[in-house]
Amino acid sequence: MSFIRNPKDFWAGVLFIAFGLAAVIIARDYALGTAGRMGPGYFPRGLGIIMMALGLILSLRALRVDGDRIRFGSFKPIFIVLGSVIVFALAAPKLGLIVATILLIVVSSTASHEFRWKEAVISSLALSAATLVVFVYGLKLQLPTWPWFLQ
Amino acid sequence: MELLANLGTGFAVALTLQNLFYCFMGVLLGTLIGVLPGIGPVPTIAMLLPITYALPPVSALIMLAGIYYGAQYGGSTTAILVNLPGESSAVVTCLDGYQMARQGRAGKALAIAAIGSFIAGTFATLEVAAFAPPLAEVALKFGPAEYFSLMVLGLIAAVVLASGSLLKAIAMIVLGLLLGIIGTDVNSGLQRYSFGVPELSDGIGFVVVAMGLFGFAEIIVNLEHKEHREVFTSKVSGLMLKWSEFKEALPAILRGTGIGAVLGILPGGGALLSAFASYTVEKKIAKDPSRFGKGAIQGVAGPESANNAGAQASFIPMLTLGIPPNAVMALMVGAMTIHSIQPGPQVMTSNPQLFWGLIVSMWIGNVMLVVLNLPLIGIWVKLLQVPYRILYPAILLFCCIGVYSINNNVFDVYMTVVFGVLGWIFVKLECEPAPLLLGFILGPMMEENLRRALLLSRGDWSVFATRPISAVMLGIAAVLLLIIVAPSIRKKREEAFQEG
Repeated sequence: MSFIRNPKDFWAGVLFIAFGLAAVIIARDYALGTAGRMGPGYFPRGLGIIMMALGLILSLRALRVDGDRIRFGSFKPIFIVLGSVIVFALAAPKLGLIVATILLIVVSSTASHEFRWKEAVISSLALSAATLVVFVYGLKLQLPTWPWFLQ
Repeated sequence: MELLANLGTGFAVALTLQNLFYCFMGVLLGTLIGVLPGIGPVPTIAMLLPITYALPPVSALIMLAGIYYGAQYGGSTTAILVNLPGESSAVVTCLDGYQMARQGRAGKALAIAAIGSFIAGTFATLEVAAFAPPLAEVALKFGPAEYFSLMVLGLIAAVVLASGSLLKAIAMIVLGLLLGIIGTDVNSGLQRYSFGVPELSDGIGFVVVAMGLFGFAEIIVNLEHKEHREVFTSKVSGLMLKWSEFKEALPAILRGTGIGAVLGILPGGGALLSAFASYTVEKKIAKDPSRFGKGAIQGVAGPESANNAGAQASFIPMLTLGIPPNAVMALMVGAMTIHSIQPGPQVMTSNPQLFWGLIVSMWIGNVMLVVLNLPLIGIWVKLLQVPYRILYPAILLFCCIGVYSINNNVFDVYMTVVFGVLGWIFVKLECEPAPLLLGFILGPMMEENLRRALLLSRGDWSVFATRPISAVMLGIAAVLLLIIVAPSIRKKREEAFQEG
């Protein structure tokens, strides 16, 4: 798409237009009221319109002024890092903090290009011990610690 | 003499054993994350917020504040020894600090950074104590129209003084304002943008937003580059400065302190801008500018003093007006709200213990930092040798447990993932996330004041222009915007951020 001369700004503009549009559409049922007696829809709809306008200016300007292209590195880190957090969230309520910690550390460690199995396992054990001492015994967080079948 | 009495109140609060302990923990943690590149004060404070729920509000704020200015001390250590900014405001310290280290003067660079920071910290503490009360006095007279205009001015000034595209920054503020009003509307009881999800009826937690945008996104982006870090492992010795060296650095320290004290108060200011400005000034007025970049002691002393003064001065608008000038202060506002203290000019009169205790604790924290930091250098150097591949899973873990423990609900963890994705997109599109956080914190306040101002004026928008204080503030905001759009100044602004 060669007519886009500044891809970063262009897509940022598109993103803002999308958010603004969503804000206005979702807010269509919220009572607008008047300036003197503002309903719940007044402020958000105003913001949504302002955001669409800003996004439009940004995108249009990106067709005229040159800029850098968007640089993507490896996509591995984003999937693994956020994936490991989702694994943590899935595991924590049922399997408890300790198992969730081990899973999080081992899975997230694989995102690095210098990943080593042995190191990740040792680090996960050390950190789950730290979790136990700091969060469970030290700060007394009221979170499930051990798997449900051990309690 | 009222000042002395107030400081007395502060000392009584800050010197209790409990508060000394939390102050110590704060500055220690702050130094730690300041030393470590790849984690800054914003995610750290967000991470620790849930843990401070159980503490008394004064202790919680003392500790969180300590993290911010402690990070300024820690950041310089990494800059000098590894040529990497441990903390973004230490970018300029790399230039001359690392050169000094290569010439075998690492100890002296570290010492002057610590001494400069201490002098700056002491001055900034006095500044906050002297300027906060009169400013709060004025702010107490503000009505909703003035408050609304003040917030507009604060937000505009914050993006004008920060780096990056102005248009994007304003759009990010607006997005933040919108995200901020998610949840139950206080006036009508209507659920806005909550999609029937019960967890969203109280709105999105700002810890979730800060952690996703700053914490997660940063880790992901760091992992995309294959970088190797070279640590300056040779023994650090010779911390003692010669009198002549100190005399050479002192004027730079004082100038840096002054620059930080002024720029720190401004929205968008704080540590980073102050450090850049100080380096530029030192280079400009030096008799022999060519020494800069080759280990000039002034190039370390000035910016290091400026970033600490700037960090502490940025507490002034937060404490007196309830308006956060940067992302860290936005988190501090959030921390106060959690402890059901409404930030604003009334804090000083309604919670004098908290207000003065926090201010005095900053000075005590600075003393601790100077006493502690230099002997502990060896430990920090060891810590720098921990590879990132071991560090980031641990950071991730603390983030997850922190978010999970806020409401004992994993929904917040999933939300953080959503903001992590958003943060990553913002990095790719070069949209600074800090303005979004400011907008997010101010969203509900701004809507409420707009509503009230227009209710009082019966829907007449001219109220913002006819009330003098409000008109002046909106006028300044407009002038700032016009100035920044002018091409010549835009160029200057870009230069200022590219210096070095």
